[in-house]
Amino acid sequence: MTDRLDIDGISKRYGEVFALRDMTFDVRAGELYGFVGSNGAGKTTAMRVILGVLAPDAGEVRWAGQPLTLSTRRRIGYLPEERGLYPKMKVGSQLTYLARLHGMSATDAKASADRWLERLGVAGRRDDEVQKLSLGNQQRVQLAASLVHDPRILVLDEPFSGLDPVAIDVMSQVLREKAAEGIPVMFSSHQLDLVERLCDRVGIVRGGQMVAIGPVDELRSTGARRILVDGPRADTGWADDLAGVRMVSREGTRTMVELDDGTDDQTVLRAALATGPVRGFGERRPSLTELFRHVVSEDVPAEDGSQR
Amino acid sequence: MTWDAVWLIAVREMMARAGSKVYRIGSIVMVLAVVGSVIATKLIGGDDTGSTVGFTPSVAQLAAPFQSVASAVGQTVTTSAVDETAGERRVRDGELDALVTGTPAGLRVVVKKDLPEDLRSALTALARQLALDDQITRVGGDPAAVNGAVGSASFVLRTLNPPRQHEDARLLLAIVVGILVYISIMVYGQIVAQGVVEEKTSRIVEILLTTIRPWQLMAGKVLGIGLVGLAQLSVVMVAGIAAGYATDSFTFPSALAGSAALWAVVWFLLGYLVYALVFAALGALVSRQEDVGGVTAPAVMLIVLPYVAGILILPADPDNEFVTVLSLIPLFAPFLMPMRSALDVAPLWQVVVSIGLTLLLIVVLVWLAGRIYRNAALRMGSRVKIKDALRAD
Repeated sequence: MTDRLDIDGISKRYGEVFALRDMTFDVRAGELYGFVGSNGAGKTTAMRVILGVLAPDAGEVRWAGQPLTLSTRRRIGYLPEERGLYPKMKVGSQLTYLARLHGMSATDAKASADRWLERLGVAGRRDDEVQKLSLGNQQRVQLAASLVHDPRILVLDEPFSGLDPVAIDVMSQVLREKAAEGIPVMFSSHQLDLVERLCDRVGIVRGGQMVAIGPVDELRSTGARRILVDGPRADTGWADDLAGVRMVSREGTRTMVELDDGTDDQTVLRAALATGPVRGFGERRPSLTELFRHVVSEDVPAEDGSQR
Repeated sequence: MTWDAVWLIAVREMMARAGSKVYRIGSIVMVLAVVGSVIATKLIGGDDTGSTVGFTPSVAQLAAPFQSVASAVGQTVTTSAVDETAGERRVRDGELDALVTGTPAGLRVVVKKDLPEDLRSALTALARQLALDDQITRVGGDPAAVNGAVGSASFVLRTLNPPRQHEDARLLLAIVVGILVYISIMVYGQIVAQGVVEEKTSRIVEILLTTIRPWQLMAGKVLGIGLVGLAQLSVVMVAGIAAGYATDSFTFPSALAGSAALWAVVWFLLGYLVYALVFAALGALVSRQEDVGGVTAPAVMLIVLPYVAGILILPADPDNEFVTVLSLIPLFAPFLMPMRSALDVAPLWQVVVSIGLTLLLIVVLVWLAGRIYRNAALRMGSRVKIKDALRAD
């Protein structure tokens, strides 16, 4: 049995409001999983259920095939969305304390705290109070706090917020290493370019439900094919008469068209050439950001409408 | 691991609190206040050591009669024989309170500025005594025999409401104990509330609760802060008692101070547990330090009420029935019972009953506060209603 993290049909309701509705996904061992969705979509609630600090109304969370217990939850490394450290406690003793609460011996905890502070480039701040650090350094310490007890699962809520490019590289590198150790790593982020670059798979959440799951490439290639044509002489309606082709947008000399299945892109090229020179012609796949906008702006399916 | 975690949390709390400047300065101020008040009582009641009066050779034979006259009117005096010049110098230096000179028939008294009232009455009595002796001798009587008969004349006193022994000392102890227990419970209860909110504000509670249970976090916090408070209270009381001995201020059996201190510790522990649990639960309802004052106000009122009642009523009327009833109620007992014990007006059965009731309340509060804390600790934002926090998650 691999150390896969299964989130199986979890629901959570506050009064009349569904925070989570039958959410199901899995984070495989050794995988970097991006968890995206607009504010209030239920990402943090889902993470709290995984951490066991919030009991779901239905569904369960399993790790390596077994429901999570208090002792397995101690193996989770968690980075909360907002700062989760004692502001007036020294960096070093804070990390040692957290490691010990997770069951490490005093000496192991100290060694591990020192190792991560070194690794994340904040070893020099060991004896400073957390509140004296810059926001970026606080976030590094926060990451160290989620790693210090040598977790077997990583759940990170907005780990990249407030980091400078160098810190983002360090953070990305550490997450990749952790995944390479065979640990399921999931993180939420609004920096979609980063998610696109880093993650093996992505889950998009809307209204407490998972609406799209898959590798970024796969998600990007779903939907109709789009082609971007750059024809300086083409007039506004040059593609209107082509069967199975719709114009999506036109900016300056550039036209974006959408092709129905089975439509040959070469007919589009011929039509474009008929208007004059063509400077550019190519398939255009949506970025994760566009995909995200598209998915999030869709109406909630009618069958769930009654529950809202 | 269950209790290991509680202890780890308690140790962190102790380091965080005891390491702070506020704690060190507060402890020093409290020690100084208690030691200062012990010394102040010595200075205020310091007249007991008596006055020193010098007698010149011309009236040297009056030193002994003066002492007996002074003691008859309740004064303790020391006499010393000096010659006139040395005597005047010593009066000027403040070593002598008065210098008696002249002749037995014509007494002259030298003082630096003015004659203290008690010495004036003693010296007046002496002068009258001398005049009386003179008259008795003239009518052929024996002054010694007359004085003996007069001196032994007395009456039998029957007190309807016998005063307690060392009443003043007990009153002082009751007030000191009342203030110390009140301050300690108030301060450390508030620290618990602030600590709970601090963990919510900083969101570290989210991280902590992934690895430990809410009750462990609450128990560790209450335990750690309580031990810090106990240490401070003990230091203050030991310093006060030590100062009392060192300056010889205790004019009463030391057991009185000892038992008052012991009851203060017992009731601090009981009262702290009650209010720490209340404050922990109330603190968990809010997410910002600014809201702590508002949410804990009802509990603060519950602490102030018995304290004010005790301090205002008990010194004048130790047997007051209203206070007696209040002192049996668990929420109020921690402030009133130690004062009543110090005043020696609390029968054993009342002490036992109020301790029992308070322990019972603590058991109930452990359950209640644990539930509220568990359900409210992770709810950020606006104030959580107690009703919602009590409802099952």
